[in-house]
Amino acid sequence: MNLTLKVWRQKGANVKGALETYQVKANEHMSFLEMLDVLNEDLISQGKEPVAFAHDCREGICGTCNLVIDGRPHGPQQGTTVCQLHMRAFKDGQTIVVEPWRAAAFPIIKDLVVDRSSFDAIIQAGGFISVNTGQAQDGNAIPIEKDTASLAFDAATCIGCGACVAACPNGSAMLFTSAKVSHLALMPQGKVEHEKRVQKMVAQMDLEGFGNCSNTGACEVECPKEISISNIARLNRSYVGSVLSSD
Amino acid sequence: MSLTGLFLILFLVIHLIGNLQLLIDDGGRTFNEYAYLMTNNPLIKVISYGNYFFILLHAFQGILLWRQNASAKGQKYAVSTSNNASWASKNMGPLGLIILAFIVLHMWQFWYQMKFGGLPTATYDGLEVKNLYGPVSEAFSQLPFVIFYVVCMAFIALHLSHGFQSAFQSLGLNHKKYTPAIKFLGTAYSILVPLGFAIIPVFFFLFR
Ligand code: HEM
Ligand code: SF4
Ligand code: FES
Repeated sequence: MNLTLKVWRQKGANVKGALETYQVKANEHMSFLEMLDVLNEDLISQGKEPVAFAHDCREGICGTCNLVIDGRPHGPQQGTTVCQLHMRAFKDGQTIVVEPWRAAAFPIIKDLVVDRSSFDAIIQAGGFISVNTGQAQDGNAIPIEKDTASLAFDAATCIGCGACVAACPNGSAMLFTSAKVSHLALMPQGKVEHEKRVQKMVAQMDLEGFGNCSNTGACEVECPKEISISNIARLNRSYVGSVLSSD
Repeated sequence: MSLTGLFLILFLVIHLIGNLQLLIDDGGRTFNEYAYLMTNNPLIKVISYGNYFFILLHAFQGILLWRQNASAKGQKYAVSTSNNASWASKNMGPLGLIILAFIVLHMWQFWYQMKFGGLPTATYDGLEVKNLYGPVSEAFSQLPFVIFYVVCMAFIALHLSHGFQSAFQSLGLNHKKYTPAIKFLGTAYSILVPLGFAIIPVFFFLFR
């Protein structure tokens, strides 16, 4: 298949960028990233600078591949990361626009690569359990109701990709933060520090320059792991509770 | 934001019930007596000062939120992601600002007249009350004003079509069983209440 790509090129953080047009020959079995690999091979053989884009596992679990494709974070397919998106989702002769995540808290490093260390800072602020809770068998020794375990697992599937921020008209990180808070809050090991964790992670989120959630719901539509905004409600609930009960 | 918003939602219902008395065909007697009660009862006075404060607080917080969010957004996408959130939900700030402008005008036109304006009075059973019905029916006899008023109600409807259910989510009230009901109630409220307000000027223009 023959494709026309319009790709965001930007040499560095504080340089002006622009969309540039390229032609690529791909086939429908390729993933979107493999198609970009083909483009980069072409560019290198022409002695041009390849397009910088981030990727790691290429199996939908690490959250590194971050592209906005035709205006949608992770592209047109529901519940799929860019690396798991295949070219059969596109038509021969199609023009595809590829842009980086856009949010004040995700500054561009180069081309399509953004700096997501603001997410790391949120996790470092409280997204952990302070004591060693043992190995798998210790976890299995604690009875946890199946529904609760499933809810926690759903939240834990968040891969920290940042599509929620990229999709949000307010550049808010509430879906990510609420997923991290929820998966720990629902487990007995995580419950102990829940309220402090909520306070610290929310404060860090604001400090990093993310916007405020106004409940547009844009994030859950684009999340490759289909994290629900009911997690955001849980975070809000916990936040109100932690403010009221703190000393 | 959510608490002040919910208070204003409650206020609008009470305000609408009051206003609907304008439709009673008794030359404005019921309405004027109601307006007298509203300006002279001490309990209502306390609530109304709370209300002015909450409107200002809600507007202040709203504008602050709008500004913070605008600067958190980053550069605009060449292709927009706008297909997955309602238009109203993304324009709460601008909608709110229009509503605020309307409220200011509205207060000057009716509230200020009632409180401080030299309105002619009417006497019912020996009780002398200001005739607010007069300027209201006067204003609603002018077509441009009627159109303006109806359009402003449409903006309030849009603001509430998102705001009603958003306030519950902001407070953390999201539940498989109740959220669909809240959304339904929000849609019904955001249509019926502004419609109720809008009917009054249209009725006056056509039939009084
Ligand atoms: C009739 C008067 C009004 C009512 C009943 C009302 C109601 C509401 C409600 C219920 C919310 C949702 C709160 C939440 O999700 O936490 C809201 C949000 C908001 N309102 Fe109002 N409002 C009114 C007037 C105004 C005014 C005068 C402004 C002035 C600028 C304004 C600006 C906003 C903004 C910016 C939001 C935030 C968007 C969001 O959180 O989704 N509103 N309003
Ligand atoms: S909530 Fe979804 S979109 Fe946001 S970081 Fe996690 S996986 Fe990505
Ligand atoms: S490269 Fe790891 S999720 Fe796509």
